[in-house]
Amino acid sequence: MSSGLYSTRKADFDTTLDLTQLKPYGDTMNDGKVQLSFTLPVSDSDVAVEAAKQLAVKMGLVEPIVSYHAPLDKNFSFYVIYGVLGHVIDYTQIHVNSVEVAAMTMDETDSFIQQNFGRKIKVLGASTGTDAHTVGIDAIMNMKGYAGHFGLERYNMIEALNLGSQVTNEDFIRKAVEFDADVLLVSQTVTQKNVHIENLTELVELLEAERLRKRFLLIIGGPRINHELAKELGCDAGFGPGKFADDVASFICEELAARKQQNS
Amino acid sequence: MAKLRLDEGKVSQARETARLIVEDTHNYTEQFTTSTVERSICRLLGIDGVDAMGVPLPNVVVDHLESRQLLGHGAAFWLGQAALSLGMPPQEVAQSISQGELDLSQVDPVDPLEIQLWAEQVAEEAVAKIHHNRIVREEKLLEYGDHGGPLIYVIVATGNIYEDIIQARAAATQGADIIAVIRTTGQSLLDYVPYGATTEGFGGTMATQENFRLMRAALDEVGEELGRYIRLCNYCSGLCMPEIAVMGALERLDVMLNDALYGILFRDINMQRTLIDQSFSRLINAAAGIIINTGEDNYLTTADAYEEAHTVLASQLINEQFALKAGLPEEQMGLGHAFEINPDLKNSFLYEFAQAQMARQIFPNAPLKYMPPTKFKTGNIFKAFVQDTLFNIVTVTSNQEIHLLGMLTEAIHTPLMADRALAIENARYVATSMADFGQDIELRQGGIMEQRANQVLDLALDLLLSIYRDGLFHTIEEGRFAGIKRPFEGGKGLSGVVLKEEQYLNPFIQPLLEESRLGSERYHQHKARSKQGENYE
Repeated sequence: MSSGLYSTRKADFDTTLDLTQLKPYGDTMNDGKVQLSFTLPVSDSDVAVEAAKQLAVKMGLVEPIVSYHAPLDKNFSFYVIYGVLGHVIDYTQIHVNSVEVAAMTMDETDSFIQQNFGRKIKVLGASTGTDAHTVGIDAIMNMKGYAGHFGLERYNMIEALNLGSQVTNEDFIRKAVEFDADVLLVSQTVTQKNVHIENLTELVELLEAERLRKRFLLIIGGPRINHELAKELGCDAGFGPGKFADDVASFICEELAARKQQNS
Repeated sequence: MAKLRLDEGKVSQARETARLIVEDTHNYTEQFTTSTVERSICRLLGIDGVDAMGVPLPNVVVDHLESRQLLGHGAAFWLGQAALSLGMPPQEVAQSISQGELDLSQVDPVDPLEIQLWAEQVAEEAVAKIHHNRIVREEKLLEYGDHGGPLIYVIVATGNIYEDIIQARAAATQGADIIAVIRTTGQSLLDYVPYGATTEGFGGTMATQENFRLMRAALDEVGEELGRYIRLCNYCSGLCMPEIAVMGALERLDVMLNDALYGILFRDINMQRTLIDQSFSRLINAAAGIIINTGEDNYLTTADAYEEAHTVLASQLINEQFALKAGLPEEQMGLGHAFEINPDLKNSFLYEFAQAQMARQIFPNAPLKYMPPTKFKTGNIFKAFVQDTLFNIVTVTSNQEIHLLGMLTEAIHTPLMADRALAIENARYVATSMADFGQDIELRQGGIMEQRANQVLDLALDLLLSIYRDGLFHTIEEGRFAGIKRPFEGGKGLSGVVLKEEQYLNPFIQPLLEESRLGSERYHQHKARSKQGENYE
C-alpha cells in the first residue's frame, strides 16, 4: 500500500450523529469525507497540483488528497480531489419552502376535479422564450408522460394544451386568454447566463401589466427551478427535477380548491 | 461477425416505398422556390455583408424582389439582367439597392438567353471555390490519413466563438475527430443569417460565416500540430437552411445537421418551406463533400424509443431518398439514430443493439450518426457515465461511424472541458478494448435481437405503406411522426414560398450536381485504391 491514500490514524472525532453539527458521511459518522473535481486553466504540473490542493483547503477541506490529475490541453489540467470537510451545518435550523402536497393518483385527481369543480380544468403549457427544448413540458403534459407517470393529456378531467417550444411570452399570454386557461405551465430547460430568470420575470411583469396575473395559476418547472425561486419570481409554484405530472396535478387541485373556498 | 438475418425482401420493399413517397413530394415542391433559396443563390453569386441597419445584403435583395413580386424568376435572373444592362456585379447591385439607388424592376430588359449564359459562367466560378475547398479537405485527409473506427464527435456550446475555439482545441487534443459548434437557441427561427464574429448566445453560438471561418482556421491549426484532420460541424437547418449550406461550403465545414423533416416537427417550420429548402441545401452539401446528419434521434427524445423505433427507420429511409433525389451520395448520408430506450426496461441493451445493427445493415455505405443517451439522464453523473459506456459498446460493436459522445453532466449543464475529456477517454477505451468484438461474435438465429430487428422492420414497412397511401404531407398533419401534428399551411416561413415562373433561373443546379458526381467518383476511386493497398500488405 502506498502511503497517503489511507489514514491509519485513529479517528479522533465523536461518532454520534448530532443534527446541529451535520457534516458529510463517508464510511464513519462525522468523518466529513467529500469528493470534488475541477479544471484549472494552467498546465498540469507539480505547482498546479499544489494549487489545486490549496484551493481545496480554502473551500474548507482538511487534508485534501489529489487522487488524480491529468492534462486537458497545453494550458488546462483536471483534478479529482478527496478530503475531509471542516464545516458543519445546523440541520435543525433550516427552513425550506417546498410544495407540500401529497400526490394523488390520476384517478384520484380526476374524481377530485369532478367533485370539486364539476368541469375540466384547463392547463396551458409551453417552453417559453428562446428555449427550444420540450423535454420538460412534454414529460409533464404529453399523454405518455415520463418514467411511468402519465402526462396531463391523459387525465379525463384535465384539458391540456401543449404549445411546444420557443413560444414568446406575449403569444403565451394571448393564447392563455383565448384558451381561457385555469393554469399556466412554463418549462425552462436549457438556460445559460440565467436567461430563464429574465424570461420568467418578464412573463410575470407582462401578466401583471395586463392585470391577468391573478386570473391564472402560474407554475414553472425545469432542472434549475425550485419552489423557493418560483415564489421569488412571483409564480405560484415551482417544480424541479424528480417531479412528475401527478405532483403538478395534485398541486393544481389543492390550490384551485383552496382559492375557490376563499372566494366563496 | 455480428449479423442479423433481416427479411431482405421487406428491406427492398420499404426502400422502394420510401422512394415513391419522396417522388410524389418532390414533384410537388419542385414547382416552388423560397426566399432563403434565393438568398443562398445571392450568396453564391458573391453577395455578402450587411447594410447600415445590419440587414444582410442577400435579404435586402430578396426582400426587394419579393416586394415587387419578381422572385418567381429567381434572383439570378434579375442580378444577371442588372449585370448585363448596367455592368454592375451582384455585390454592387445589392449595395445600390440597399442605398435605395436601384430598382431591379426598372432595369432595361436583356435577352433571357444572355442572362442565362452570364449566370452559367458566374455559377461556374462560384462552384470552383467549393471545388477548391473540397480538394483541400481531400488532400489533408490523404496526408494525415483517417483512423479506423467511429469518428469521435463532441460539441462546444459556450455562446462565444472565441471561448468555443479554446474548448475545441482542447477537445481535438484529447482525441475528438469532429467538433460541432452548437447553435444558439432560437437561430433556427431567424429568417436571416447573422453577420460577423459573435460572443453572445444561449446554449450555443450563432452560426455566422465569420464564426465558421474562425473555427475552421483554429481546427486546421490544431490539426496540423496533431497530424490529424479535425472535422467541423454546424447546423444546416431552420429558416435559412440553404444559406447555411452555402456558408459551410465556402468555409469548408465537413459535417452539417440537415434533416428533411426536423424543422417541420420540432421547430414548427412550414412543411412546404422545409421540404423545398432541404432539397437545395442538400445539393450544396453534396457538392461540397459535406456529410449530412439527419435528426431521427430527436423522435426518440419526445416519443418512446422502444415503441417508436420503427419511425426512426421509416424516417431514415425517407431521408435517404430525399438525399438521393437532391444528388447527395450514400457516403455523405449520416443518417441518425439514438440510444434512448428506458434503461429500466429489461433487455434494453439488446434492443439498442438490434436497432443499431439493423441500421448498419440496411444502410451499409452510410456514415451513420449515433446519438448518446440523454433522456434518461438525471444528473447522477456516475450512472450517466455507465449509460455512456454501454452506448459506446453498441457504437463500436455495430460499427457506427459518427459517434456523438454522451456527457456525464447531461441534464446539468453544457459540457465543461473536463466532461468532454472524460467522455473521450471512455470512448477510446471501449474502441480499443473492443475493437474487433463485432467481428468476433455471432448473433443467435431467431434470438431476441434478431426478432426485435425484424419486428421494427415490419412496423416501419407498414408505416411507409400508410404514408405512401395518404401522402407525406397528410401523414405529418396527422402527427404520425414523433406524435407531433403540423398543418400543411401552418408553421413559420410559408410566406417565403414562391411559385416559380416559366423563366425561373437557378444556374447552380447543374454545376453542383456535376461537382457532387465527380467528388463521389474520386471518393470511390480512393476507397478502391486503399482497399487494394490493404490487400497487398
